[in-house]
Amino acid sequence: MQDHQNKIINFEYAPSIESIDIVNIQPKNKLFIDGKFVEPTSKKYFASINPATGETLAQIADANAKDVDLAVKAARKAYTKTWSKLSGKERGRYLFRIARMIQERARELAVLETLDNGKPIKESRDIDIPLVAAHFFYYAGWADKLDYAVPGKEIKSLGVVGQIIPWNFPLLMAAWKIAPALACGNTVVLKPAETTSLSCLLLAQIFQDAGLPDGVVNIVTGAGETGAAIVNHPDINKIAFTGSTDVGRIIQKAVAHTDKKLTLELGGKSAHIIYEDAAIEQAVEGVINGIYFNQGHVCCAGSRLLLEESIAEMFVGKLKSRMEKLRVGNPLDKNTDIGAINSAGEYGKIKKLIESGIAEGGEYFEPSIQIPTKGYFQKPCFFNKVSSAFSLSRVEVFGPVLTISTFRTAQEAIMKANDTQYGLAAGVWSEKGSKIHKTAAALKAGVIWANTYNKFDPSSPFGGFNESGFGREGGRHGLFPYLSIK
Amino acid sequence: MRTISVQNADGNQIVINAFPIDEVGANERADYFTKRSVKKESKLSALYLALSMCDLTTLEGADTPGRVQQMCAKARFPVPPEMIEPFLKKKNWGPIPTVAAVCVYPSMVPHAVKALEGSGIGIASVSTAFPSGQAPLQVKIDDTLFAVENGATEIDMVINRGAFLSGDYQQVFDEIVAIKKACGDTHLKVILETGELGSYDRVRLASEIAMEAGGDFIKTSTGKVTPAATLPVTLVMLQAIADFHQRTGKKIGMKPAGGIRTSKQAIQYLCMVNETLGPEWLTPNLFRFGASALVNDLLKQIFKEATGHYYYDKVFSID
Repeated sequence: MQDHQNKIINFEYAPSIESIDIVNIQPKNKLFIDGKFVEPTSKKYFASINPATGETLAQIADANAKDVDLAVKAARKAYTKTWSKLSGKERGRYLFRIARMIQERARELAVLETLDNGKPIKESRDIDIPLVAAHFFYYAGWADKLDYAVPGKEIKSLGVVGQIIPWNFPLLMAAWKIAPALACGNTVVLKPAETTSLSCLLLAQIFQDAGLPDGVVNIVTGAGETGAAIVNHPDINKIAFTGSTDVGRIIQKAVAHTDKKLTLELGGKSAHIIYEDAAIEQAVEGVINGIYFNQGHVCCAGSRLLLEESIAEMFVGKLKSRMEKLRVGNPLDKNTDIGAINSAGEYGKIKKLIESGIAEGGEYFEPSIQIPTKGYFQKPCFFNKVSSAFSLSRVEVFGPVLTISTFRTAQEAIMKANDTQYGLAAGVWSEKGSKIHKTAAALKAGVIWANTYNKFDPSSPFGGFNESGFGREGGRHGLFPYLSIK
Repeated sequence: MRTISVQNADGNQIVINAFPIDEVGANERADYFTKRSVKKESKLSALYLALSMCDLTTLEGADTPGRVQQMCAKARFPVPPEMIEPFLKKKNWGPIPTVAAVCVYPSMVPHAVKALEGSGIGIASVSTAFPSGQAPLQVKIDDTLFAVENGATEIDMVINRGAFLSGDYQQVFDEIVAIKKACGDTHLKVILETGELGSYDRVRLASEIAMEAGGDFIKTSTGKVTPAATLPVTLVMLQAIADFHQRTGKKIGMKPAGGIRTSKQAIQYLCMVNETLGPEWLTPNLFRFGASALVNDLLKQIFKEATGHYYYDKVFSID
């Protein structure tokens, strides 16, 4: 054969940056109470940072207990005067309209989410925002069929629900909370995480444009104190919280001795089991997606990889070469696989946990890829030959850090997978169906993926065991926490 | 893991392992490469590279010496050289490359040799009773020898799918070994005809057999069967190549053929090669496109990058 020019072409992808012209970020962002954007009574604002650059994106209103009280009063009024009197069909129409408007403004929402959160545009565009719309569509469909959700029982809406959501999927978590609450006939006071308020405030504009009656959804921005004001407000009938286990504990204590209903979706340390008869190439991809999706800021991230000993070395080799191809960088670049860590605080926490892992003696690996020097960026990494006793095997990192250990038999895999105080999710890879079913049945986790990972759909319930919380979101089960069932 | 064993010519047992493939996962991973955004100078170098990797192909019952000569002229000069001249001063620009090879039936090899003399362009000949491969082994060997003796520099053989699907892997292996022997130093591409194999598991197994038996390239399709090349099927084969390289140090080439018509598709394939095997595979020595219509679409895009607008189709000769 002729020897064609043997020079290696440097096939670097030129930057392909999504334009930010489509978003219009207000310098000052007010609270959304009773259908209007209002100044916080404190007149105080705090900064929201673009984690990819460290620059301030906007000022966000800091809601105090008085603002929360106004929001709860607006929600109560909307509940008694309008929302609880509407038929399910009419509530559904609002939700369908909101879902369509989210689709219409999908690109704007995706860009804003990426700017504020740091996640790659690829994910906000192809995963987050489509799922947000899908959740509203799904629960819009339930609104007039609630009588069939729990056959033979009498169901009723609860009243005003307080919802507190995290920063990892800001808009998606808002959709998970708001859509079922409204479908069931409740009104809402929602607090987004203090680092990621902007997309929820844009959602509030969509509520306005959709003509949603005033006060049905109120959005109060702020940090822990705002959240505490919601949790402790006497006129709230239910609290729904997604976030850390530590804060979950505080909330559960706070609502004890009250008649508030409570659901908690907390942390995880999910096991990802790869049997030797798995489809190896796809399993490697599943592991990558399981832990490095959304910078590892995923409560159900497959952060503990359990490999059958016979394939461990080969699998780790493949994982390493795959990681060399991950692109960490500007979240707005369409070719970025891993974006920015959401905040300075999280970045510091992840760094500290990596240091502790090195001190404990795990074999550390990170690829030799380039990452930006400005902003909060962390290379994807793993610790091999980790023992269950290591703190890194037990503590939720909530970042792109994987631990790897091995097992010899299915029993050992199951035992190791269940050796955790959490119980949110797990993954099992084998081409043998019976083995998957047997393993899945023995795993104590709310969600179990077989031959895939991190797949979400509004029709399938999500939630945990043990310290991962209680209550389910999504699917028919996701209606129950928002209904009184007799 | 699918494990089979075959005997080589020396009577030694060769164990061939093939990972199972999860179809959903493979399709999903392949789809990921359609989301890569290749723009500006990266796009330009990708277009040039893709053009230099094309095997310009004519495999019709109606092929004539005249038709082959015309195609060879297109292979030498995809566009008249003066067309690109005004743009050569621009940064990153260069003369339009020739295609890597032409691909013809054995009977047309002498005509292609004559038409391409001194051009450095490869002459690939299909053989082994292409496209069905349903002929006695001796006929296949003679078919190959004819092409090689007449000046083919590359042989594109088809595997014996009848034997493969009936589980006679020894037969498949032996035929590839025999054709490799007939090829001598001539490069051997082994066509798996993935559209007839029925599953990615079998594509992976056939890839392993073809590489173990001595194929220099593995190739998806004849172009006569639908589906021909797809991204996921090519991905499965690229991963087999990566593992073979890891195991033996040998670099096997890859040729998707059939169904790749647009520059956009070609760039998706290049991204996949780049991220699966690495940039050292991004050379015509190790990656080819079996395509004809693709050439003009690449030219159209190259001139779009040069001028900022699309030339209309008639600007580029059909062949």
